[in-house]
Amino acid sequence: MLQNSKSAFGWVTIILHWLIAVLILALLALGFVMRRLPLDPSLQFSLYQWHKSFGFTVLALAALRAAWHVLDRQPQAPAGLSALERRAAGTTHAILIVLALAVPVSGWAVASTSTLNIPSFYFDWFVIPHLPMAKSEAAESFWTSAHSILAYATLGLVAFHAMAALYHHVVRRDDVLVRMLSTRPQRRRELEKTKSSQVIAKRK
Amino acid sequence: MMKQKSKASSAALAFCVMLATTFGPSATRASAPQLSDAAGSYGITAASRIHFSVAQVGGGGIAGDFGKFSGNFRIDGNNIARSSVNFTLYPESVETGERRVEDFLKSSAVFDSATYRTVTFRSTSITQTGPDTAAVEGTLTARGKTRKERFSVKLMDWNNRSISFKIRGSIFRSPYGMDVGTPIYSNVVEFDMNIKGQKR
Ligand code: HEM
Repeated sequence: MLQNSKSAFGWVTIILHWLIAVLILALLALGFVMRRLPLDPSLQFSLYQWHKSFGFTVLALAALRAAWHVLDRQPQAPAGLSALERRAAGTTHAILIVLALAVPVSGWAVASTSTLNIPSFYFDWFVIPHLPMAKSEAAESFWTSAHSILAYATLGLVAFHAMAALYHHVVRRDDVLVRMLSTRPQRRRELEKTKSSQVIAKRK
Repeated sequence: MMKQKSKASSAALAFCVMLATTFGPSATRASAPQLSDAAGSYGITAASRIHFSVAQVGGGGIAGDFGKFSGNFRIDGNNIARSSVNFTLYPESVETGERRVEDFLKSSAVFDSATYRTVTFRSTSITQTGPDTAAVEGTLTARGKTRKERFSVKLMDWNNRSISFKIRGSIFRSPYGMDVGTPIYSNVVEFDMNIKGQKR
């Protein structure tokens, strides 16, 4: 149940998937707002600190997710996917797993190289040290661009990934999306059959 | 201030006298100085240094100086307690070596220097605490809020025209509505100032 099976995802995969998804989308929105909108400087300062704390949370979860991806078995792709589709899906998933690590690490590099030298005080609880990198304006602006590019690239790939899942769900009517929601997805075709027979039963 | 003659102050004095006799023809003095010698009104000169620091978690912090300030003080020769000091600084002139930090300090988050152009201190009482030290209490006004604060003063150097003090104080910033960044940055601002006065 916790682990993946031959044909279904386990709860570890499912919960990590959705937790990371929600946090990454929230961090993208937060990152955009705090950096691109004209804000009260005091609020802006707080938002940056929240961004770093939630970002580190994603980094920890993404590390677990990556380890789990490597260690746990991969369920077989649902029937009816072409070889090309399988390859595209596998590549997208691998890149997403890497980006979920690379985006927060590059953010950590921004905080570490910044000449502002603002400590990362994880939810005002404990200090997460800076990476051992030299502080300079050049390094800070490099990592700021890298973090920004990686973050928006992630948004693009997440959009593609979500569209693909919706396409499978709505157009192809297969189990691709459903099996990331539950460990025991009822076969959708069978589900529809039972539903329609219930309707018929009611009509009687 | 000079009435009690401790070993330290007479040693310091001997040093001053030596300097004075060597370099300053006008400052030559054979006898021990009396407080009345330092009595008078002084203007605070631009050679003074208004240094501050705010510690941050994990060590280090923000430190800087205020470049623009003005003020005066009067040393009462008969009764040190009746001496007084007035001081004004312009937060606009804050210098930290990092422009973004300076902009942040001037912004509405901290000093709001566009609205509140000055930070002022007016003494209300002065108490001598040692041969060359005193405690100055007074009202500090920043960001439209006024509170009683206390600074410790140590006499560093003087001659018959000028005088210099080292002044220290620990000021909580939250009562002035400047608690942004706590607890990453300490709520306490440490002031470490060298105040030089020129007799008027
Ligand atoms: C998955 C996690 C993260 C996501 C999705 C994310 C996303 C973003 C986004 C979208 C921006 C705005 C970029 C722009 O508009 O140019 C941003 C900025 C920033 N992020 Fe992150 N971030 C994450 C993790 C982190 C972490 C862990 C840290 C630091 C420890 C961090 C530090 C920063 C900083 C300092 C900026 C502002 C850069 C600047 O203003 O110069 N981020 N982030």
